[in-house]
Amino acid sequence: MTQETSSVNTGDKPKQRKAVALISGGLDSLLAAKVVQEQGIHVEGINFYTGFCVEGHTHAIRKKDKDKQKRNNSLWVAEQLGIKLHIIDISEEYKDIVLNPKHGYGANLNPCLDCKIFMVNQAQAWAWAEENGFDFIITGEVIGQRPKSQRKETMPIIARESGADDRLLRPLCAKNLMPTLPEREGWVNRDELYDFSGRSRKPQFELAKKFGFEDFAQPAGGCCFLTDANYSKKLADLWDARGERRYELDDIMLLKVGRHIRPKKNFKLIVSREEGENNFLRGYKKQFTSIHTVSHGGPLTLLDGDFDKEDIKLAAQIVARYSGGKNADQVTVQVENYKGTSFVMDVPPMSADEIKQEWHV
Amino acid sequence: MSQNTLDCRNLLCPMPVIRTQNALKELSEGELLEVTCTDPGTLSDIPTWCRINHHEVVSTEENNHEIVFVIKK
Repeated sequence: MTQETSSVNTGDKPKQRKAVALISGGLDSLLAAKVVQEQGIHVEGINFYTGFCVEGHTHAIRKKDKDKQKRNNSLWVAEQLGIKLHIIDISEEYKDIVLNPKHGYGANLNPCLDCKIFMVNQAQAWAWAEENGFDFIITGEVIGQRPKSQRKETMPIIARESGADDRLLRPLCAKNLMPTLPEREGWVNRDELYDFSGRSRKPQFELAKKFGFEDFAQPAGGCCFLTDANYSKKLADLWDARGERRYELDDIMLLKVGRHIRPKKNFKLIVSREEGENNFLRGYKKQFTSIHTVSHGGPLTLLDGDFDKEDIKLAAQIVARYSGGKNADQVTVQVENYKGTSFVMDVPPMSADEIKQEWHV
Repeated sequence: MSQNTLDCRNLLCPMPVIRTQNALKELSEGELLEVTCTDPGTLSDIPTWCRINHHEVVSTEENNHEIVFVIKK
């Protein structure tokens, strides 16, 4: 271990310096943590759960994804590094970041810059706490890698507004930035940090190869659903229909599942597309009115919003369209409210043409 | 033997992991925690989290779509 570079002499015993690394589960944060770990620093990981994380949920829900590996990539990264991982639920506090981003959104409803500032802020509050006693924070940021948050001019903004200041080290692009405290104090050797920039992933792949990392995750839109155009569209629809910008955790979970169809502004249907989604939606039957087909096989559907009897009939006809009885004259459906009270009705399935394209959220 | 229990049914990963982590914080070394989950993702995530944080999964049982872990801090 290169103890010389990671310790200071404070009398008899050199102090082991400690860094907390923001771990998303992607390659960059894996490499950033590894680079610092290689310099003899004690590294632990921190991972934040916002509710919009791609990790976990989707592969647990959809049956078609069942064969894919179900690992949580942040846990996988921590295991590769041999470090502890602290997972923090920030989903409640995070609402304010999504609803009121000071620095605005990216291409979709992704408040990437505010998000990074918030996460580094949360990390430093945790890291400096007496019982944890970390010296600095590591992120996998690379200048020019992301159009909204990872730019030359945003790097100092994140450091300043998060409160981490010069205790925030970006090992993958440190040489393109002013030296931070860990570099100035000699806790880490700046010469052994990197100068990556731009959108190319080649330098990261080469470094991964050097360290012997294989099979790392490379999510196309990063690790957050808010960078996904279709997801953002559904979230915007939810706010529009409610006439206010707010959400609960269940709302954003349900946006990840099923076909969302809004035939009228006051309500929408969430129609499962397969067995896995059926099982998932079943867990919400005590919170929503649900419809399932009785005379034919068909999807479980939740109704979200305010609706009257006519609306329920309309919804039932749409559900019937997605059932095995779509060509039948009548389909019998059971409508059950969240208290478990139910009734049965026969409806003619809607034709494909009657389900308007603009209803699909 | 007294055993602490944690209900993580109907929670999706990573919530069961987070709840387990927070519950273990309150326990002393050597104490047991029984965690009941329904998300199949926990079959991978909880043992991995335990390995990297140096806790022991004493047993894992699956029945009726429920997964019950016993974890030793």
